[in-house]
Amino acid sequence: MALKVVIGLEMHCELKTVSKVFSKSKNEYNDLPNSVVSPVDMAFPGTMPLLNKEAVKNSIKMAMCLNCAIPEILIFDRKNYFYPDLSKGYQITQNTSPIGVNGKIEVEVGDALIPITIHDIHLEEDTASLDHYFDYSLIDYNRAGVPLLEIVTDPCIYSPDAAVAFLEHLRNIYKYTGASDADTKKGQIRCDVNVSLMEEGSTTLGTKVEVKNVNSFSNVHAAILYEIDRQTRLIKAGRQDEIIQETRRWDDETSTTVRMREKVESVDYKYYIDPNIPKIKIEKEWLDEIKAEIPMLPLMRKKSYIDQYNLSNYDAGVIIKTKENSDYFEECLEIGINPKEAANWITSQIMGYLNKYNLEINEFYLTPKRLFEILEPLNKGKISSKQAKELFFKVLEDEEEPEVLIKKYNMEQLDNDDELTQIINKILENNKTQVEEYKDGKTNMFDYFVGQVMKETKGKANPVKVKEILLNRLI
Amino acid sequence: MIDTLKTKLKTGDELINESIIKAKNSNLNAFVTIINDAKVEDKDLVLSGIPYVAKDNFSTKGILSTASSNSLKDYIPFFDATAIKKLKETGAVNIGKTVMDELGMGETGTTGHTGAVKNPWDNERITGGSSAGSCAAVAAGIVPFALGSDTGGSIRKPSSYCGVVGYKPTYGMISRYGLFALASSFDHVGVITTSVKDAALVVDTIKGIDENDMTSWDSSNINLTSSLTANIKTKKLFYIKEICENNYSDTLDETTKTLELFNETLNKVRTLGFTVDEISIDKTLLNAIYPAYFTIASAEATSNMANLTGMIFGPRGKGKTAEEMMFDHRTNGFSPLIKRKFIIGSYVLRAENIDRYLFNSAKVRKIITDKISDLFKTYDGMILPASLSPAPKADDKLPVYLKTEQYLAIANFGGFPSITIPSGFVNNMPVGINITGNIKDDENLLNIAYNIENILGYKNQTTKGGK
Repeated sequence: MALKVVIGLEMHCELKTVSKVFSKSKNEYNDLPNSVVSPVDMAFPGTMPLLNKEAVKNSIKMAMCLNCAIPEILIFDRKNYFYPDLSKGYQITQNTSPIGVNGKIEVEVGDALIPITIHDIHLEEDTASLDHYFDYSLIDYNRAGVPLLEIVTDPCIYSPDAAVAFLEHLRNIYKYTGASDADTKKGQIRCDVNVSLMEEGSTTLGTKVEVKNVNSFSNVHAAILYEIDRQTRLIKAGRQDEIIQETRRWDDETSTTVRMREKVESVDYKYYIDPNIPKIKIEKEWLDEIKAEIPMLPLMRKKSYIDQYNLSNYDAGVIIKTKENSDYFEECLEIGINPKEAANWITSQIMGYLNKYNLEINEFYLTPKRLFEILEPLNKGKISSKQAKELFFKVLEDEEEPEVLIKKYNMEQLDNDDELTQIINKILENNKTQVEEYKDGKTNMFDYFVGQVMKETKGKANPVKVKEILLNRLI
Repeated sequence: MIDTLKTKLKTGDELINESIIKAKNSNLNAFVTIINDAKVEDKDLVLSGIPYVAKDNFSTKGILSTASSNSLKDYIPFFDATAIKKLKETGAVNIGKTVMDELGMGETGTTGHTGAVKNPWDNERITGGSSAGSCAAVAAGIVPFALGSDTGGSIRKPSSYCGVVGYKPTYGMISRYGLFALASSFDHVGVITTSVKDAALVVDTIKGIDENDMTSWDSSNINLTSSLTANIKTKKLFYIKEICENNYSDTLDETTKTLELFNETLNKVRTLGFTVDEISIDKTLLNAIYPAYFTIASAEATSNMANLTGMIFGPRGKGKTAEEMMFDHRTNGFSPLIKRKFIIGSYVLRAENIDRYLFNSAKVRKIITDKISDLFKTYDGMILPASLSPAPKADDKLPVYLKTEQYLAIANFGGFPSITIPSGFVNNMPVGINITGNIKDDENLLNIAYNIENILGYKNQTTKGGK
């Protein structure tokens, strides 16, 4: 009996806005608890929600990128439940009419493009965060009301690799559109993973287990693998009735999933439309404006790099991996660097350096303009390729302009004819025996002379020029 | 009355002190808080030196705001409701917070955590609610105006019982920011005064779009005060036959008299040249108003008041875990009446019930709103008794009165502007009429009310004397 895994994902991502989704307090991370809060976030009596247009706009951008249908009327619902992190006793979310439904995108997994269908995208508010101590807990309302976009896929993903590829792709789209910084390190992304197993060829989905609040993509991968293993063992042992619809959580320390509670069918969230937020018509003109703001997305860019600039699939893939890399590359082209050359430098020297020092390209001292200042003298033959590489590191070490460093380290090639002729004359004078040997037919002595010149000039002589002059002088 | 007071205002805090003393000496149990140190801040503004009181469900910075509930018995807000803020900015001086039915959920004025409010015309009788203390304070002449809130008649009913003017403008004309929510889609901020003119004057100063309330709208082209004296030409009003004919089961003598008085009032109104027509509406539909109102209001209230957990404000409950503390707070913070509404609210919101109860109630709401809106294409307003009797005695069979009068909620269903003005006496107790107009047609409504008030002759009436 061959088993097949079926995965559905819910990805929550904090959106980038100036203020929170329903209040005027700042949407920014702050270490000091309860420092970015307003009466609205803490649900003081009489407070009312104030919808943030920017958050709606960012949500619409994402809905567009995922090819969702966008409703004509914007509606928000209340999800009613009591929990200490929920100040109002309800969360404002979208149930009646989410901001995007029935979306579809393709994601690269290895060499294949796989389709993923989106059930819905909805905009909601984040809750406060709780810190539990031995015999008390603390509540920090800084996060309460931060705009949160939840993207829910259909159960249409069939491997942990595809799940992670999809999440990475989404994170990339968030960054490309600027809808979110999508920084997992800052806890801006949280995933719920639904995993079930079914018999190969069957059309009935198996019992779904939900793993909640997984906070990194590698943990998503691990949690899926763990669930596949756990559920497979149970099925193989004839104990499939022990796979029940339930909510589990990923436990970092043991690298396992742990049962939280039996499933939600028993929880009724009593959704109803929030009467404090009027139904708002989404105007077509506004949608057009938003659409115009969406930049070319990663897969499109990749295709254009391959088609237009003849980049290899690999190089194009590395460059589009982040919007910052891709923007860097495009800036290089704008100031006149050859696309292939730019791609080579980015994928080898630059990526190598960034990875080694754990840097981001947008905080990189070597801007496209400085790269240009290294490549230009190289291409004009003023410095050798070896020198260009040296110069690359010097620029980063000294944080100085390439132009200045070429002078400072005396890197410019010696290609003045008179100077070179003088040096060569001197060397031939001092090596009369070798000159005779050469003239007698021992032509490999030519390289010896070139070597002598290079030694004399400490490698700075322009080798092409040196050869030219030598040939003339040795006739 | 405000005009008269303004000309009288010579020595700064004189009026304010007078009001504070009257409030302290009153025996109506109208106040949760009397603000002893209230003072005039600026003397050159529209309402400078005019004392007022606010229902205790308005957020008042630095002043206890309990909504007459144990769940908020120690809550001192740190921000002002928009209406309070605007009054402050125009110079009016808040001298007290008034008792109400707990959290606004009640029609009697007897369920506040500090006890029942007494009717100033007869202390044996109730004021009605939920804006009980606000109506009592104005009727007793303690202050010339009060802020109230109206979710299903909470301003307009007690105004009838107390013989004062109670006006709630079109939904969203006055910001609700800082008004403790009961049922957000029904809640209105409004005023209680002794004259239509004062009501217009106060609402003119507190209305307007507010960025903190998304349901508020720009009414800068509306000037209620100047609309009062506009030409009345031939206005057309209607009343609903089924509400005004005397065939209520358990009919009380006072109801009969109230309806007789209403008919006399209609005849007086006709002398203004107004047309007053009788309209018939299916009684089944009218009977659905109360359950539809009750269902929607309970559902919204349950959700709105889920913030009352004692975690952030209000007395902290006892318990080892947050859940236990919330449970304890909500067990001890509310009267059984409130808990009953929460249970009903939760019940009708459940996935398996929401269609049958909440959505059907929403349909009733829409059918009634559409019906009345349709009538407003022909008519300038709907005129009805503001109550079907004078204020009952505290020991009377209250539910009999109250259920039948839920037609005042029609104005909350549709967000229509609606005003109660006194129209006479039954057994020495005041009663009023209620006029409701079309959405955003407040100028027309107040123009009509002002002219009717003029011929009825109960302007500036308080228990201390009229005019």
